[in-house]
Amino acid sequence: MKKLIAVAGIIFLFSCAPDKSKNAEEFPSQPAKSAVEEVISDPTKGLGAVKNVTLKIPLEKDRVDRGLAIYEMKCSACHKLTDQRVVGPGWKDVTKKRKPEWIMNMITNVDVMLEKDPEAQKLLELCLMRMPNQNMSIGDARDVLEFMRQNDGEK
Amino acid sequence: MKRLLKSGLLLIGTAAICFYGCKPKGPQGAVIGDAASKVYVAPGKYDEFYNFVSGGFNGQMAVYGIPSGRLFRIIPVFSQFPENGYGYSEESKAMLMTSHGYVPWDDLHHPALSTTNGEHDGRWAFGNANNTPRVGRINLKTFRTEEIIELPNSGGNHSSPFITENTEYVVAGTRFSVPMGDKTDVPISTYKQNFKGTVSFIKVDPQTGRMNIGFQLKTPGVNFDLSRAGKGPSHGWFFFSCYNTEQAYTLLEQNATQKDKDFIMAVNWKKAEEYIAQGKGEKVKSKYAHNVLDEKTHTATTEMMTEVLQLDPTVLKDIIYFIPCPKSPHGCDTDPTGEYIVASGKLAALIPVFSFTKMQAAIAAKDFEGEFAGIPVIKYESALYGEVKKPGLGPLHTEFDNNGNAYTSFFVSSEIVKWNIKSLQVLDRVPTYYSIGHLCVPGGPTRKPHGKYVIAYNKITKDRYLPTGPELTQSAQLYDISGDKMQLLLDFPTTGEPHYAEAIPASLLMPNSTKIYKIEDNNHPYVAKGEKEAKVERKGKEVHVYMTAIRSHLTPDNIEGIKLGDVVYFHVTNLEQDWDVPHGFAIKGAANAEILIMPGETQTLKWVPDEVGVSPFYCTDFCSALHQEMQGYARVSPAGSNVPLKFSTGVIEDNGAGSK
Repeated sequence: MKKLIAVAGIIFLFSCAPDKSKNAEEFPSQPAKSAVEEVISDPTKGLGAVKNVTLKIPLEKDRVDRGLAIYEMKCSACHKLTDQRVVGPGWKDVTKKRKPEWIMNMITNVDVMLEKDPEAQKLLELCLMRMPNQNMSIGDARDVLEFMRQNDGEK
Repeated sequence: MKRLLKSGLLLIGTAAICFYGCKPKGPQGAVIGDAASKVYVAPGKYDEFYNFVSGGFNGQMAVYGIPSGRLFRIIPVFSQFPENGYGYSEESKAMLMTSHGYVPWDDLHHPALSTTNGEHDGRWAFGNANNTPRVGRINLKTFRTEEIIELPNSGGNHSSPFITENTEYVVAGTRFSVPMGDKTDVPISTYKQNFKGTVSFIKVDPQTGRMNIGFQLKTPGVNFDLSRAGKGPSHGWFFFSCYNTEQAYTLLEQNATQKDKDFIMAVNWKKAEEYIAQGKGEKVKSKYAHNVLDEKTHTATTEMMTEVLQLDPTVLKDIIYFIPCPKSPHGCDTDPTGEYIVASGKLAALIPVFSFTKMQAAIAAKDFEGEFAGIPVIKYESALYGEVKKPGLGPLHTEFDNNGNAYTSFFVSSEIVKWNIKSLQVLDRVPTYYSIGHLCVPGGPTRKPHGKYVIAYNKITKDRYLPTGPELTQSAQLYDISGDKMQLLLDFPTTGEPHYAEAIPASLLMPNSTKIYKIEDNNHPYVAKGEKEAKVERKGKEVHVYMTAIRSHLTPDNIEGIKLGDVVYFHVTNLEQDWDVPHGFAIKGAANAEILIMPGETQTLKWVPDEVGVSPFYCTDFCSALHQEMQGYARVSPAGSNVPLKFSTGVIEDNGAGSK
C-alpha cells in the first residue's frame, strides 16, 4: 500500500511539474564559481590558476617576512612548523614533498582541490577537517611558500 | 437561458455586495490558475526581489524573498536580538543608547530604501523607532544597523523615515505634539497654547550615509501620521498627513474625528535651506543620542548631542502650507511622476488626489481659505486634481505601478483597489485576508516602480494558519498585478507585525553583499590577529581574554587565575576568512548572553563570575565535524587567592593520578 502511494506520488509529481515558467527564467542565476577548475597537464602541480612558479636562490627576504606574518594570522591556528600534525599537517618538509604550484593551488583554490585532487583528498581523509578558504591572493600564497622554504632550511 | 442569466446577475450582485459590505469570510480565499508555479523558487534558485518588511513591535526589520515569501534574515535595529548578540555584546550595546539611557526594545513601522534620482540605489535602508523617537540606518552590503540617531522635541516618531529623491534628507515627523523648550511642565488641558509638533529633516551624507539633524520645523500642535517626498517636478517639497487638527488631548477616537477635513501639510524644504543659508533659525538646547558603528573596529559608540536648529514657519514664511483633506488622513503618497499626491482619509468615502501644479498655482495666487495657527490654508478645490469616488471603506495607503495605476489598501472593507490615476476610475479590486494595513509594490514609492506584484500586510490572520494559542502569526499576501486582474498567489507568515515594506530587485543588492570581514582590516582594540596574539591580560579587577576561534578550537582554551570579584571580557576574534563560517561563544553562568562572531570579526562577551570553580565555555554555532570538541575551561579562584594568571591551548600538564 505504501508503495502504491509512493508510486502515485511520483506520477503526480511528474505529471504536474510546471513547465519552466517565464518567471523562473528571469530570476538571477547562481553566481559563477570564482574558483579556477582548469585541469593542469601535470597532476603533481594540483588544480588552479598557478601553473609555473620560479623559485630564486637565495630566498627573497621580503617574501619570507610577509609570509611569516600571514602564517601567524591565518595559518598557525592549524599548522605547526614542525612535522607534528594538529588540526592540519605540520609544515616541516612540505616544500620537499610537494611542488610549489601544488602548495599555492591548495592555498588559493582549496575547495576545488579538496573536491578533485587525489593528494588533497588523502589529506582530508587523514585530518577529517576541510582546510578553510582563508581568502588569500596568489601573491599571498607565494609569500607563504617562500616562508615554507625557509622553514625547510633553504637559505 | 433566462434563468442562467438571472442567477449570473444574482451572483455578480452578491459579489458586489460582499466587496462593499463585508469582510471576506473563511480561510478559503480563491486561488485560481497556476499560482503555485508563480511563487515556486526551485531549490538552489533565487528569488527575484528582496522584501524589507518592518517588524512593528519587535523593533526589527525582516528580509523575505519575493515571490517565494521565504524569510532570510531578521535585522535587529531597535531591539536586542538573541540570535546574533545585537544589543548584548559590548560592541553593540551603544547602538541602543538614548537620552533616556539604554532602551532594549522599540517599535519599528516603516522601512525606506535609499534612492538616487528617485530610483532605488541599493545602498541603505532606514527604519523608524516609533516610541522613543529615532531613525536607524542599515547598510545593505552587510545587512547591519550601523547608525541610529534620536529625535529631540518629538513625541513618537511615526511620520518617518521617508526620504527625498536623492536621499538628501530622511524626515521624522512627530506623531504626538508635546510641550517643548522651557515650558514642559504644563497642564495637559493647555494643549492649544503649549503643545507643538516638530518635523525633523535629517541630512544624509551622500558618501558615507552618516546622519545628522539638518533642521527641525516647529509646527502647530497636531498629529503627524505619514509622509512622502516630492519627486521630479515636485522635488524640493515634502508632504505630510496631519490628523487631530481639532487639537484634542483626550479620547481622540471621538474628539479628533469631529472635523470634515484635516490637512495635508506641504513643506518647501528648499525654502527652509534658503533661510538657513541666510543664518535664520534658532539653535535650541536639546539632548539626543547619536550612535555609530565603526566597521573597522566592529564597535558602536554614542555621542550625546546638545542642540538642534529650529525654524518657526509662522515667522519664516513660505516654508509650509496646509491643504484640507477629508477625514483623518493616514497615507500621503506621491505618484511616480511627482505630480499627484494621494491622500487617504481613514474615515473618508473617497480618495482625493491633489495636483502639485495646481497647488503651486494656488500658492502663487494666494488662493487661501484662511489660516490655521498662523499657517496659510490652501483652498481644497484649488489644489485638487480629482476624487476617486466610492473606492471602498477605510483607505489607508497607496502604492503605484509603472503603468499609471495606483493600488490603495482598505482596512475596513479588507481589500486592495486598483485605480487609474489619470481617469480616477476603479479598475479592479481583490479581497485580503484580513484587514490589510500597508501594501507594497516593488519600487512603488520610486520614480520607476518595478511593478509585477503587490504585497498586502494584514492586521488579522485568524483562521489562515494552524492556530498557535492566543498569539497567532502575522501575515502577508502576494498578488500578481501583471495582468488586468489582480491575482492572489500566496499567503506567507511574517515575524512581528508588518507595517510598511519595500521590495527591491535582487540584482541591485546581491552582487554587493559582504561575505567576510577582512582580518587584515580588523582594528578592534582587542583583536587577536592570529593565535600568536591570543593572550589574557589583567587590568586591576578586569581580565581581558584575547581569544581566537577557528575550526575547531578556541585559543586559549584553558584559563586560570581569574578571581571572584573580577569582571572578565572575552574578546573573541573569528580567524576564518571563508563565507558562512561564523563561530559562537558562550560561558556557563554568563548573565548577559552569548555572542556570534562573523569571519574576521571581533565581538566581546562580558562575564562576571559569581562562584568559585571551573566554568566551561564552548562554540555555539555548529562549525565543523569537530564542533562539539570546540570548548574550554575557565578556572575561578577565591578573591585574594594567589593562583597565577595562566592560559594555554594544547598544553598537557601531568598533575599525577587521574582516572585510569
